[in-house]
Amino acid sequence: MSPLVPASATFGAAYGVLAVTAGMGVFAPIVMSATTFAGTAQFAAASVIRDGGSVLAAVGAAVFLNARYLAMSVAIAPAFQGSRLRRFFESQLLVDESWAVSQVGGGRIDRRVLVGAGLFLFPCWVGGTALGVFGGDVLGDPKRLGLDAAFPALFLGLLITLAVSRRAIAAAVAGGLVALVLLPIAPAGVPVIAAAAVCLVGLRRR
Amino acid sequence: MSTTWLVVLFVGAFTIAFKAAGPVLLGGRELPARMTDAFELLAPALLAALVVTQAVGGKESIVLDKRLVGVGAALVAIRLRAPLIVVIVIAAVATALARAL
Repeated sequence: MSPLVPASATFGAAYGVLAVTAGMGVFAPIVMSATTFAGTAQFAAASVIRDGGSVLAAVGAAVFLNARYLAMSVAIAPAFQGSRLRRFFESQLLVDESWAVSQVGGGRIDRRVLVGAGLFLFPCWVGGTALGVFGGDVLGDPKRLGLDAAFPALFLGLLITLAVSRRAIAAAVAGGLVALVLLPIAPAGVPVIAAAAVCLVGLRRR
Repeated sequence: MSTTWLVVLFVGAFTIAFKAAGPVLLGGRELPARMTDAFELLAPALLAALVVTQAVGGKESIVLDKRLVGVGAALVAIRLRAPLIVVIVIAAVATALARAL
């Protein structure tokens, strides 16, 4: 996860800067990073607020973007043990990156890897947001540093280790194509959720 | 309450509930076999969609930019069996260099 520290922190800072310029104040963006802890949805909500959109529009966009977490949350459920409170707090460390690195194949995850990665990313994201809110772009433009390429590279690397069976490769190709086709025509968030729905094909008997 | 705080409150509540739903309500229990079969496909389908949206995604559009240089370099690094950490660093450096040129 270590290479994702600069990426996560600088994008956190970029979010902080955007949120301040959107008129969200200084504390709300930090509180949002600590509670929502999901980059794309936060960027989307801040953009809607900046453009003077309604509460409903901002919440709708962010909730739609985060709906994939519901599917991921149900899928990882069997790996979580212990008290309800512990399961609750550990589940909050679920983000795309921690979920992706914790995959062990066959639809299962290693809970310790997910929790460890989440604990690593959380302070980077929240701390980065605080830096951005108070210090502006001290960490530099994430795009100039090429950090926007770090995330697709991470997901690609993990995808290739997972796509071993014919079913998995077929699901990857279908998911990628669905996302690509919907990208120019559907609102943000829809392409990824629609791609996740591809797995419903797996409900049929093999 | 201001627009901002209402958004922070509602988005936070929804996201926390989404993330907690599985582990809190179903935690530790095995899912039905057919569901496990379906979720086996969730990871590759979702990861592929994330690769696509992160690599060429724009504001309701497909944007081909220097990110693709990084993703291409990452693909080469993956082919050469580089560790994931190296793959990520190579992608960022390649994109940064392409932008600097």
